[in-house]
Amino acid sequence: MSFESAMARLGGTSISVSSVEACSMAKGETLADTIRVVSGYADAIVIRHPKEGAARLASEFAKVPVINAGDGAGQHPSQTLLDLYTIRQSMKIDGIDVALVGDLRYGRTAHSLASALSLYGVRLHTISPPGLELPPSLASTLTEKGMEIVAHDSIEEVIKDVDVLYVTRIQRERFPDSTSYFNVASSYRITPELLAGAKKHLIVLHPLPRVDEIDPRLDVSPHARYFEQSKNGVPVRMAMLLDVMG
Amino acid sequence: MKHIVPAETSDDEGEGLLVRRIKNGTVIDHIDGGEALNVVKILGIVGTTPEALSIATNVPSKNMGKKDIVKISNRELSKEEVDRIALISPKATINIIRNFKVCEKQGVEIPTLIVGSVRCPNPGCITRTNEPIKSRFEVLPEGKGLRCLYCDSVITKDLTSYII
Repeated sequence: MSFESAMARLGGTSISVSSVEACSMAKGETLADTIRVVSGYADAIVIRHPKEGAARLASEFAKVPVINAGDGAGQHPSQTLLDLYTIRQSMKIDGIDVALVGDLRYGRTAHSLASALSLYGVRLHTISPPGLELPPSLASTLTEKGMEIVAHDSIEEVIKDVDVLYVTRIQRERFPDSTSYFNVASSYRITPELLAGAKKHLIVLHPLPRVDEIDPRLDVSPHARYFEQSKNGVPVRMAMLLDVMG
Repeated sequence: MKHIVPAETSDDEGEGLLVRRIKNGTVIDHIDGGEALNVVKILGIVGTTPEALSIATNVPSKNMGKKDIVKISNRELSKEEVDRIALISPKATINIIRNFKVCEKQGVEIPTLIVGSVRCPNPGCITRTNEPIKSRFEVLPEGKGLRCLYCDSVITKDLTSYII
């Protein structure tokens, strides 16, 4: 939706295909063919797809610029740009402490953000349920780049030390039953009480939509920046569209 | 006078030959001990085959301790096949035999990019669908494995099971 909004604000129009049923892929057409066809209809393609690497494939078959708006559990680079912009509105990014909380294995926003933060000398703290830790291959790549990554068992362990608390959704389907999910999800919930000992300038970010990860009472806190972060998606995506088509 | 090197002779085979020479084909020597059956798999020989095939495993070797040898008649390997062998046995040597003579002898070289030879371990990768693309893997330095250029998954162990 934010890409459509960005395009409209730039004075352009967009053609949205929000489901497989709405295009020829429902008839068995490959993504490669769909991209070839859509290349003839538009000046740029913004793609969100359930398979990792789909945007890369699209870029190989498209005649127009392709923007990755999320590929499965892979990457979400446009979200990362607006995350960085939101952090930068509050503080310099270089050398800060950032905590990633939640599903770091399948959370594409966390993957992209972690990769980007490795360019800024950021110390990364991770807090995730067992089995949903940062993928080892990504962690290894980041460590090789010189990033310090510290894994923690709880948010309480690290809340006093961090400048940014980046919360991601823990998806119910990752757990065998609802009880397991609720037990885990409740232990990763951000509340005003949890932030009592936090740094004054700490900001809490979330790519949204949230479910139970952030207590709504936190919404009025000066720490809460997730709605501003979401709003930043429009100008950042306007800039991206202009960059590839300008 | 032209020196003829018997196809089966190598400096590691002092105690004699285990199998007969071949007239035409390929001898893959200096395969890491125990990997011969995987090399055969790479060559696509998994069932009935018309070629004469000899496999020697865990043969004593001065330089390698133990090595494997595969001899296959009437077949010369493609570059893709050699690349794949290099992944599991980087010290292997390829000897092309024509009329009982070693006409070409070369070591294998680990390529920097592997195209279409390895299956991505990530079931969610776009290369695991019916799209008209081949898998592509970057070979990481220092033996750190292979990285899928589509989904970034890294294969660090049990590479043989992913070779197509």
